[in-house]
Amino acid sequence: MARVPVADALFTWPSDDPQLIGSRCTSCGIVTFPVQESCPRCAFTDMEEHLLPRRGRLWAWTTQSFPPPSPPYGGPTGDAFVPYGIGYVELPGEVKVESRLTEADPAVLRDGMEMELAIVPFRTDDEGNEVVTFAFAPVGGAASGGGA
Amino acid sequence: MANDVAIIGVGLHPFGRFPGVTGIDMGAVAIRRALADAGVEWRDVQFAFGGSYEVDNPDAVVALLGLTGIPFTDVYNGCATAASALTLAANTIRLGEYDLGVAVGMDKHLPGAFSADPRLYACPSWYGELGHFLTTKFFGMKINKYMHDHGISRETLARVAAKNYRNGARNPNAFRRKALSEEEILASPVLNWPLTQYMFCSPDEGAAAVVLCRADQAHRYTDTPIYLRATTVRTRRLGAFEVHSPWLPIEETPGPTVDASRAAFETAGIGPDDVDVIQLQDTDAGAEVIHLAENGFCADGEQEALVARGELEIDGRLPVNTDGGLTANGEPIGASGLRQVHEVVLQLRGQAGDRQVPGNPSVGYTQLYGAPGTAGVSILST
Repeated sequence: MARVPVADALFTWPSDDPQLIGSRCTSCGIVTFPVQESCPRCAFTDMEEHLLPRRGRLWAWTTQSFPPPSPPYGGPTGDAFVPYGIGYVELPGEVKVESRLTEADPAVLRDGMEMELAIVPFRTDDEGNEVVTFAFAPVGGAASGGGA
Repeated sequence: MANDVAIIGVGLHPFGRFPGVTGIDMGAVAIRRALADAGVEWRDVQFAFGGSYEVDNPDAVVALLGLTGIPFTDVYNGCATAASALTLAANTIRLGEYDLGVAVGMDKHLPGAFSADPRLYACPSWYGELGHFLTTKFFGMKINKYMHDHGISRETLARVAAKNYRNGARNPNAFRRKALSEEEILASPVLNWPLTQYMFCSPDEGAAAVVLCRADQAHRYTDTPIYLRATTVRTRRLGAFEVHSPWLPIEETPGPTVDASRAAFETAGIGPDDVDVIQLQDTDAGAEVIHLAENGFCADGEQEALVARGELEIDGRLPVNTDGGLTANGEPIGASGLRQVHEVVLQLRGQAGDRQVPGNPSVGYTQLYGAPGTAGVSILST
């Protein structure tokens, strides 16, 4: 069974040390995620690929406690749905990335906590491949599950 | 010299669920009621703007009202659709093109969270596939961060929702007319932390319409014209924390509500302290709390004490969502903002019945906010 990314050009894969793939404006330096062709600030079209740092701090978060409408949601629904955390992680000095979180317990998640990129299972496709996506996990992981 | 604009008639098709009634049917009802309120006939109407999400061609309502050949322009601007219809209608009069026209909004949504193809919002497909393309989790994140930064409690969110259900119980046109206790609201299922099911509004069905004319002609039709002092629509700037954003820059900028509000106050030449009755976009209880500050009615964090003291109640210092807001009325997107204007007009005329704000309010305010980062504000006065 292969592990395939949910979309091309989102993160470096396969990799032992994956990174999100963003872009950077060669004129003003703003960083975007994912890659985009023009700069949202100066409207230049000279963007270069830019790999994002793996660690940052949680800037805002919530939980997703019900399955989003399908389509467009492509993950497990019904009894197979597992609530997940979602938030923005601020990658210092670069960009805030919206991401699924590996932790969904409001008693554990805190604004400002240190987070690190993780590639996690999302669903199984028709060929039996494991589709993986990017997520952020609390650094250390020890805090995880503490709110049982 | 631009003409001033007056609202001389308002009409509503109740909000809720109406099996077998189409969005167009509801739009026709709202327009007929607004015309009757103004004492004018459809054949007197010189132009119209119609807003809807679900109805492709709101102008098809002419089939039910009369084929008079007027220019009837359809608009869609997310949750600010009605603000765009109102702004364009008002500007048509301001610029002197016509003297009397209609702005109408109508919608008929299926139950459940709004959904769409993310690519239509300039978002990648995977954004929807992963479950990020959802307005409710944005509102959860925004209020959760706001509570953390400014010391707002979940009890305050429950009090705001309870106030809106109470106000809705006094409104015969509301979708939800049953008061709910703060305990019931907090005990309902969490949808997006810290927000529970009863803290959110629901998509539903309904229509609202207003008749506008040149202010210097308003007394031909009514003794109680309500003047439209400002109408503004703004979209997000870089750095605003907005719905459907796969990323945000490090820099932070106020959202479009702040921009629309400041521009409206400047145009109207009045300030937040002059406003007597307020309608805010309460997609959820947290949005009402945040919007109170974003529109200049209090400082960040002050809401905790204001709500505890009952200042947002109908008899409080800052009456907010006196008809129950989106919480009790639901959100037929195209109609929602004109429902707000309908309520403010009734309040300023002293016709709001059981939910009338005391003390003869003379200035009213409405605000809309929605995807993908659009806000609309209007300021009205006697």
